[in-house]
Amino acid sequence: MAELTHAQEMKERLTPSLTTGHPTYHDVTEAVSIIAEVKTHRNWYIALAISTSITGILGLMLAYLVATGVGVWGNNSPVGWGWDITNFVFWIGIGHAGTLISAILFLFRQKWRTSINRFAEAMTLFAVACAGIYPAVHVGRPWRAYWLFPIPNEFLNMWQNFRSPLLWDVFAVSTYATVSALFWYVGLIPDLATFRDRAKTKGKQIAYGIASLGWRGSATHWKNYEKSYMILAGLSTPLVLSVHTIVSFDFAVSILPGWHTTIFPPYFVAGAIFSGFAMVVTLMVIARWIYKVEHLVTMTHLENMNKVILATGTIVGYAYATEFFTAWYSGNPYESYVFFVSRATGPYAWAYWSMISCNVISPQFFWFKKLRTSLPFMFVISIVVNIGMWFERFVIIATSLHRDYLPASWGYFRPSFVDILTFFGTFGLFITLFVFFTRFLPIIAISEVKGMMAQTHHEEHFLDEAVAASEGKQPVGVAH
Amino acid sequence: MADKPSIHGLVADFDSPDKLMDAVKAARKAGYTKMEAYTPFPIHGIDDAMGAKPSILGYLVLGGSATGLTIAVLLQWWTGAVDYPLVIAGKPYFALEPSIPIIFELTVLLSAFVAVFGMIGLNGLPNLYHPIFNYSGHKGITDDRFVLVIEASDREFDATATRDFLTAQGADKLELIEA
Repeated sequence: MAELTHAQEMKERLTPSLTTGHPTYHDVTEAVSIIAEVKTHRNWYIALAISTSITGILGLMLAYLVATGVGVWGNNSPVGWGWDITNFVFWIGIGHAGTLISAILFLFRQKWRTSINRFAEAMTLFAVACAGIYPAVHVGRPWRAYWLFPIPNEFLNMWQNFRSPLLWDVFAVSTYATVSALFWYVGLIPDLATFRDRAKTKGKQIAYGIASLGWRGSATHWKNYEKSYMILAGLSTPLVLSVHTIVSFDFAVSILPGWHTTIFPPYFVAGAIFSGFAMVVTLMVIARWIYKVEHLVTMTHLENMNKVILATGTIVGYAYATEFFTAWYSGNPYESYVFFVSRATGPYAWAYWSMISCNVISPQFFWFKKLRTSLPFMFVISIVVNIGMWFERFVIIATSLHRDYLPASWGYFRPSFVDILTFFGTFGLFITLFVFFTRFLPIIAISEVKGMMAQTHHEEHFLDEAVAASEGKQPVGVAH
Repeated sequence: MADKPSIHGLVADFDSPDKLMDAVKAARKAGYTKMEAYTPFPIHGIDDAMGAKPSILGYLVLGGSATGLTIAVLLQWWTGAVDYPLVIAGKPYFALEPSIPIIFELTVLLSAFVAVFGMIGLNGLPNLYHPIFNYSGHKGITDDRFVLVIEASDREFDATATRDFLTAQGADKLELIEA
């Protein structure tokens, strides 16, 4: 009775439902819309006040930086890249999980992505916004930052060096930011139409009406929409892999020991997904609790994300081991020095071992189902992972730079208060953007959840029939 | 119908995607050709049932990809090898290998622009007015209602006969809407 077991197994696999209970389509509309419709809670203003104050610190630090110069940072010779590039890579990496969830899991038909993709995509955009600040200000004269792009102008009587990975990075990050924003907006259009149709005040009707462009949900609309969504997912999939690949080229294409290594692109991509999923877990645990959407963002979602964290964390650990092996096996004394002295035992050993504890050891707890389904535990681990991933970027940058070939040009990087407060301030910006997002936009993709419910309903129906047919000992025929 | 307030069509409102799908199939069978379904989420197979052609968006995007690719190659070749050749670290003025990242990025960027603005354009958006918004229950379309409109311009359209036909399909509500 192969048919029976197969059909029953398929039904089993569908049973840990992605929405708990049996919400109707209207229930989904209500659950998501109500978040943006209720009277603004006092706590929202408190959250906004705190986050904008922190963003204000960012503004002050950037103003001080621009007015004075990059000397206000701890960057020195030989450590020419410090927290600026560390934080840039940190934030851009976090963004990757959003695109992975929205695009790659879409192409793989992972239905569980539906409840979390909107939130994760928002996280991508806000993280990229934080990341984008650093390259713009670290050029030293940010008012000339447009020189990064091939825009003819009266000052720069030459063209950009297209053979440099730093310029590839400019194109990769700006394309990524643009495409992520477009993808996000396309997903939002039908849900903005839902908000428009539910809006009670004139102001909201006009705002959501314009934002939804007059969307009317006709079959013709959906036909082009689905095509567009599919194409964007197809484009975003190689794009997200390319972004951190190209970020890693900033290092790998140089000839510095510790950076000049072909393992960087996959290693950076795995690390980005690792940190990004950790950030989604951190935010989702908070959001589903505040906004009471536990029936839409279920433990299944969180557990799946924790499994991704476990898998990518293990890949990252493997990459760390490979780097050491390569350094030893190459027989190159400079390469070996970076790993065995600078990282593992030198002045930055504290940073290196913090990284190992956070990134390699902490995700391994997720092998245990009890731990990966425990909200407090996953919350702590997700934060620990992001601390670890920040250390990874810092370790890669600082340890490779701080001891040049000649001992006369050795140094040590210490962050200045401007470094620290600027980084602190970017979290303010990130949270401020989230505070606005959760107040005014649908934080769960309403139309996608409904479509997923309809599809699951059909499959369950089909499987019920298949089970009934095999029990009645009738041939089931082909599976589809 | 030039004198009377012109009618856009007859709305039939259903409570499930399956009923809508059956109604669309029945309407096709009954010879109706000008119809449109309005739903809160995409219903798979409804385009085929309505006899709609597949979206042409994919071909437009292909054009965008080709444009992006061409711009990226020409930009890097012309700036580096023609307009201002500069020796940097002994590298060739132009070569394919170091040009690939930017070729890739610009191809993706232009394709994405076409995928989004092409979709918006093909859907005739932004357009803040459409007859469907005259339907008293149109707000249900973005919530949990599944609506079929048989348009008055259909040759088979007849206010009474079409109404009877749609009632037989199990519509919860029927309404004539103005254009």
